[in-house]
Amino acid sequence: MVTLKDLKTPAKNTWCPGCGNFGILMAFKRALVQLGLQRDQVMLVSGIGCHGKMVNYVNVNGFHGIHGRVLPLAAGIKLANPNLTVVGFAGDADCYDEGWGHFSHAIRRNIDITFIVHNNMVLGLTTGQTTATSQKGFKTKSTPFGSIPPPLNPIAHALVSSSTFVARGFAGDMGHLTDLMVKAIEHSGFAFVDVFQPCVTFNHLNTYDWFTKRVYKLEEEGYNYNDRSKALEKSFEWGDRIPIGIFYEEEGPTYRDSLPHVKNMPLTKLQIDVDITPILDSMM
Amino acid sequence: MIANRISLMIGGEAGAGITRSGFLFAKACLRGGLHVFGTNDYQSLIRGGRNFYIARVDAEEIYSQADNIDLLLALNKETILLHKDGLVSGGGIMYDGEEIALSSEELGRDDLKLYSVPLKSSVKELEGDLIMRNTVALGAVVALLEYDLEILNGVIKDAFEPKVAESNVRAAKMGYDYARMHFGGDFEYRLVKTSSAGKRNMFLTGNEAVGLGAIQAGCKFYVAYPMTPATPLLHFMAPLDREYGMIVIQAESEIAAINMVAGASFAGARAMTATSGGGFCLMSEGLGMTGMTETPAVIMLAQRPGPSTGLPTYSGQGDLRFAIHASQGEFPRVIIAPGDVEECFYKTMEAFNLAEKFQMPAILITDKYLVESHWTAKLFDRKKIWIDRGLLLTVDEYTGEEEYRRHKFKEDGISPRATPGMRGAIVRTSADEHDESGYTTDDPELTAKMVDKRFKKLDALVKELENYETTKFYGPEEADLTVLGWGSTKGSIREAMKLLGKEGLKINYLQIIYLNPFPVTDVQRILKSAKRTVMVENNKTSQLASLIKEHCLMTVDYKILKYNGRPFNPRELSQKIKRVL
Repeated sequence: MVTLKDLKTPAKNTWCPGCGNFGILMAFKRALVQLGLQRDQVMLVSGIGCHGKMVNYVNVNGFHGIHGRVLPLAAGIKLANPNLTVVGFAGDADCYDEGWGHFSHAIRRNIDITFIVHNNMVLGLTTGQTTATSQKGFKTKSTPFGSIPPPLNPIAHALVSSSTFVARGFAGDMGHLTDLMVKAIEHSGFAFVDVFQPCVTFNHLNTYDWFTKRVYKLEEEGYNYNDRSKALEKSFEWGDRIPIGIFYEEEGPTYRDSLPHVKNMPLTKLQIDVDITPILDSMM
Repeated sequence: MIANRISLMIGGEAGAGITRSGFLFAKACLRGGLHVFGTNDYQSLIRGGRNFYIARVDAEEIYSQADNIDLLLALNKETILLHKDGLVSGGGIMYDGEEIALSSEELGRDDLKLYSVPLKSSVKELEGDLIMRNTVALGAVVALLEYDLEILNGVIKDAFEPKVAESNVRAAKMGYDYARMHFGGDFEYRLVKTSSAGKRNMFLTGNEAVGLGAIQAGCKFYVAYPMTPATPLLHFMAPLDREYGMIVIQAESEIAAINMVAGASFAGARAMTATSGGGFCLMSEGLGMTGMTETPAVIMLAQRPGPSTGLPTYSGQGDLRFAIHASQGEFPRVIIAPGDVEECFYKTMEAFNLAEKFQMPAILITDKYLVESHWTAKLFDRKKIWIDRGLLLTVDEYTGEEEYRRHKFKEDGISPRATPGMRGAIVRTSADEHDESGYTTDDPELTAKMVDKRFKKLDALVKELENYETTKFYGPEEADLTVLGWGSTKGSIREAMKLLGKEGLKINYLQIIYLNPFPVTDVQRILKSAKRTVMVENNKTSQLASLIKEHCLMTVDYKILKYNGRPFNPRELSQKIKRVL
């Protein structure tokens, strides 16, 4: 069984002190330990942005891809080898801006991967610009007079895309986040976790304090996460009270469940030397 | 009488079954021991328009369409008005005179034979769908050419469900009987079954040949977003996934497709995607990622004329430079341009092998004319297929003495390739510059070393290609003119050479198959011994000529360039070649 120490890498951490990413990193490591996974079973995929460095900081298999493309990259890996525990990490700009076109498709395919979005509502690595989840009026270098459009609602979007697992966590509540990650990884199918991740350098609006004052746990209010319409209603709750926890979960066939000829077989285990003679004959 | 040489055009509206009918006729000729070439011309629409299919038939080997039409099977009037001038003198037009009123003024030619067959009313009598008129017409064509109806029936029976086949056989018989009775012996052109009749040769498109090559090479993951003219490859692969143990998936975009290919390949599966220029634009960033992460990937780029949407359903060769340079930064890649269906098949296998052996992307560059035309080919030889996965570790457990490093420095730049999930190995890579273990770096020395590592693989690849057929040479060693070309111009060039050869002109031809790495030695050798050289390309700027200049420091003497979306016709090309002789 893997230990926290095993998951350490020699890479020097370059996140800002106090960054919300530390909470996510630690929660993820704890989740892996709690799940009793082996390092070589786990496949971490990340995009570009501060979150992308996760590949450097967790000693498991890793593919640090390009901006916005975590989902198709992770999907390709999982489709090829279903024995891997594939976890994709993205930032809000990575997924909700650059890679938005993949989001609903990845969800509705229900490929059995876990997808965690570090949502700090700002572009950090490029030194502070607005993103799809920035609050209306949010002032950045690219929006000096305030962000004009309202933010996207990723939870709602996931819910209307036939998702089978939708949750939201907070980097400032590591225990709760660890629990969410464990459940997401255990979920059979596509599990989406949006994580509030305070950016201490470029987002002075959505701070630890801002979140701490507002978030409350759905499970503590007797919320039942088996009703998609109710979940959708909850997803619009924003302001003084913002829910975190599991919004929705259901069991459904994964993409590979619908491929009877490969089902749980890694593609590498299928016979590579095939005989095309019958097709050739049909062409004569 | 003209025996076993005819160019038949079938034309009508989109959705009228033009390509299907042309294909059936062509296959009936193939089974009579004849050589057939079939090409389609259609517009970017679903219904209406003016589509046509040309089936050229000959007793000898042929490599392209003909310049003229001998027999026009017109399913609507527009087809007649559009193509009447392309008919040879003494050629024929078959049409439904009960449906199409054609005055002699409209036709404007008195040297053509008109064969009116009641197609629609025949279908009515048979109580069949209107589309069956095509089969009535095919039966009538077979009778007109005094060919063998049984062969056509055989093809019909192989192509349709038994019940549908049966009614189509009756439809063909009806057309056959009508034409025999009314036009028997009237038409100059005849088809006769040869001694090599039977199921001997294959008749297939470039797309199908690439698909067959991929499956036989062990492709286990095919993903694409539809784009003409690469879409039929997706159609070919999709129904075969269960039988041949593959995952075939339609992605939400070409960006998704290339990233899925990278993922599947990183996880150890042979993976491929295909697209045309616009989709390849979207793939460019992902292409660079496969280069940077040393992840094998096979991509077919089926060209059509650009820029931008260009002519979506026509052919061109304007993307060569783009394929060579696509994506930022510098990284080695393989670019192969098959020129016929045999090469589509065998070179696809080479693309998979080289991509894995050298851990880099391999691009098959084709075009609409190559991948959508039907070609006659000798049965592909499975024995000539080999699978070389290079340094891929296929064991379940890594037992190396030191910790596994995905990008470990090696003499030839090629690191042993473990896949995630292998016990005892942590496989890590990054689109960022990285160290041997795949951790991000911006260290200047390490950066340069990693760039060198990737380019050492290019040296190794160049060495490997010494044993490959990277170019092909046709014609006499000594010639007055050497033709140069790449890709699908091969067919038209070989046809033109035949025509010029008959006139006693000595011409040879160098086909360049590997465009990257460039086969410098071969090309230099041929160019040095050539008296005069002419480049034939379907683009405006003669991209291959510029490559030759770049790599060989040599210039070609003449250029014959065509960039209107249409392939060269044999006589058209031979006349242009003659002009520079």
